Amino acid sequence: MALQAIAFYLMSAVTLVAGFCVVSARNPVHSVLWLILAFFSAAGLFVLLGAEFLAMLLVVVYVGAVAVLFLFVVMMLDVDFTALRQGFAQYMPIGLLIAVFLAAEMILVATTVATKGAAKDNLVPAAAGSGSELSNAETIGRVLYTDYVYFFQAAGLVLLVAMIGAIVLTLRHKPGVKRQIIMDQVLRTPKTGMRIVNPKSGEGIGE
Amino acid sequence: MEFWATPVGWTILAFAHILAVTVSLLLIVAFIIYGDRKIFAGVQARKGPNVVGPFGLLQSFADLGKFLVKELVIPAGADKAVFLLAPLISVTLAFGAWAVMPFAPGWAISDINVGILYLFAVSSMGVYGIIMGGWASNSKYPFLGSLRSAAQMVSYEVSIGFVIITVILLAGTMNLNQITEAQAGGFWHWFMFGGGPNWQTNWPLILIMFPMGVIFFISGLAETNRPPFDLPEAESELVAGYAVEYGSTPYLLFYLAEMLNIVLMSGLMAVLFLGGWNAPWPADYLTGWPAWLASLHGLFFFAIKTVFVFFMNAMVRAIVPRYRYDQLMRLGWKVFLPTSLVAVAVVAGWQVYTGFGS
Repeated sequence: MALQAIAFYLMSAVTLVAGFCVVSARNPVHSVLWLILAFFSAAGLFVLLGAEFLAMLLVVVYVGAVAVLFLFVVMMLDVDFTALRQGFAQYMPIGLLIAVFLAAEMILVATTVATKGAAKDNLVPAAAGSGSELSNAETIGRVLYTDYVYFFQAAGLVLLVAMIGAIVLTLRHKPGVKRQIIMDQVLRTPKTGMRIVNPKSGEGIGE
Repeated sequence: MEFWATPVGWTILAFAHILAVTVSLLLIVAFIIYGDRKIFAGVQARKGPNVVGPFGLLQSFADLGKFLVKELVIPAGADKAVFLLAPLISVTLAFGAWAVMPFAPGWAISDINVGILYLFAVSSMGVYGIIMGGWASNSKYPFLGSLRSAAQMVSYEVSIGFVIITVILLAGTMNLNQITEAQAGGFWHWFMFGGGPNWQTNWPLILIMFPMGVIFFISGLAETNRPPFDLPEAESELVAGYAVEYGSTPYLLFYLAEMLNIVLMSGLMAVLFLGGWNAPWPADYLTGWPAWLASLHGLFFFAIKTVFVFFMNAMVRAIVPRYRYDQLMRLGWKVFLPTSLVAVAVVAGWQVYTGFGS
């Protein structure tokens, strides 16, 4: 389909340009905005692959939540642009090394899939049952909660530990802080909240 | 007929659909704004807009003209590109979200399998317009407003997500059309009342689903920055929040996006909890009707429900005083999140226990 090819090249080009701009943008906030564009066009590529569930998850999780927090943090930081660029030459070799590794891995994966076929051809049918029409969310669910249920639960546990760790690290109780306890306020009645006195003239209410 | 199946015909047809929805949305929003102001005025025993046109009906169009001819001012220290991009992103996303809304049987621009996730994704991206606008203004109040807005929208998205999951569990699908169809056959099938196709077994879920509907409504208010959760633009603290530096057309776009999102939330409430385009009674009589008449029948009920939810929305705006920021965060994280999380577990458990109604 010509339309699909046009969409694919457009999305890929946008992803690549956005990815390049993430690195090259002078302003860190602009970097994050380019990163969001890259995420978004990657989601578009997922839709072209027919993986609409993954595409929506990518947008909800990465674009809608993670990148918002990124933007949040970067906007609040007072970044010194010149200091940021000073170590560029120094870090260049390490960055290049990582880039080469990544590229090698991706080429390896791509050639394996191209020559031997994707792993899903061997694994999915057992879980998905007969060749009935399943939407992509159902397929993922069937594989995730049957063949890979232990890995899935383990991943959830790791995330839980990370979350609790973050809370433990940042939670501190300062002494002497007056906290608002909503329950106490809601449970207040006229009886406990006020006192009706009838002072005599010239004597005040005492105390 | 074959012409419409070819790529060219399909493209023309898709554009025609999009144009029709966009134009009618613009007209609807004009009158929704008028209605909003009239309700607000009514509660405060004022008259509201009553000068332009009969009963002031054309007030929104007069405002539109004024917005368009005003001078566009860009602050000297602003990041120009991002400053102008922000309202455009807001309004594009606000219109884009309507692509999957089922207005009537078969009346959706795009009837996709993950429709509800799409809506959730698009509405979660709406926060970017506000953050970018606040940051690019390079000024204190807009920045504070946008930070507040970001925190608020991210917080309430979580509970909206969980509430949506309860509906998905009951309907067994993420396709908005199928979710609506699962509620056909009378108001006791609506998800607000437990309901669904298996209402005989599912009716006790009203204890869970009714509160979920209320949580969705309130979270919708917070998500669209409506009073009583309009902290991002609290005029007593932040002047006008993220929109301080905006004027003329960019401000109009922000305002349009906000109103569109409010109508979208009302429509979503109607689809998820109030049966969408289904009549509140068994509509078996529709079988003999021509398709277009049945569609109009559906559109009528969808519109009625959406306007009803919007009316409640407007009444809340007029009646309830603004929340304090820590109270807003408390409500989101300490009340709605645990409640909806427990509800997801209970509904999922119920569905497994009853064997999905079979």
